[in-house]
Amino acid sequence: MKEVRTLIVDDSSVMRKIIERTLRQAGIEPLVVHEAGSGVEGLDMLKTNEVDLILSDINMPTMDGLEFLRQIQLQKLAPGVPVMMITTESSEEHVKQAIQAGARGYIRKPFTAEQMKERILPLVNAA
Amino acid sequence: MAMTLRESVHLVSDPENLDASVEEVFRLMLGVDCKRQAVAWKLEEHSHEELVTAVVGFGGALSGACFLRCSAGTAMKFVAQMTGLEFPELDDTVQDGLGEICNMLAGAWKGKVPKLNAQCSLSVPTVIAGRDYNLHVHKPEFEMSHTYSYQDDRFSVTIVCDGMQ
Repeated sequence: MKEVRTLIVDDSSVMRKIIERTLRQAGIEPLVVHEAGSGVEGLDMLKTNEVDLILSDINMPTMDGLEFLRQIQLQKLAPGVPVMMITTESSEEHVKQAIQAGARGYIRKPFTAEQMKERILPLVNAA
Repeated sequence: MAMTLRESVHLVSDPENLDASVEEVFRLMLGVDCKRQAVAWKLEEHSHEELVTAVVGFGGALSGACFLRCSAGTAMKFVAQMTGLEFPELDDTVQDGLGEICNMLAGAWKGKVPKLNAQCSLSVPTVIAGRDYNLHVHKPEFEMSHTYSYQDDRFSVTIVCDGMQ
């Protein structure tokens, strides 16, 4: 598999590390990870780094994950790059809003490596 | 006619939902089984220790909060187990990790009742460390506080609802 350049956006540094570790456990390697602690930081990262995959939390201070998605579209950043939401907010309304804003899907926290593999590997393979 | 959340209060306040949420989060994120204990976690028993409480608020059709309360030592063990790192003190990373566990507990708990999941949102976590504080909610609609064991330690998870539509 070619290198998977991944942007992980989550206000929790612990969660960013857990997501990275779980991606590796799921066999998504070689992996190059860029981390952002908010939607604003995520947008800055996308202006200076090319990525193949974006994983974002929804509930974040400063700029939440849904607004981050809208801004990606508005600012035409990372065109064609798949975005997956990783969140504790799993209501139909949140999922609908995320899909409308451009996400390919969501993974609910807590998650397993198996779930990561199931949802993310097809996106990476299709890229 | 569809039931309101208030009419579904027996589902929302089902104590088994809280136990199932705690078991799910600890099994998936820490790889351990946490079982509910019959004897309640008491503040007086921890008077010599630094305590830490993570709080995630509920908003929307149900207002209230989920509290995860334990000793600083237990919090360090939780986050060490979750990250594979060692923590000699209750630093920012431990507090961040404890907040995330509470966030997942609150999300898992509200996810057990579809109407609650659809009409209730979560706040970002807040973590309070120290010894001299009390949690008090004036006239809650309902409150449930369960104690669980983790290795040789114990911790409590409390759901307080102070308003429901």
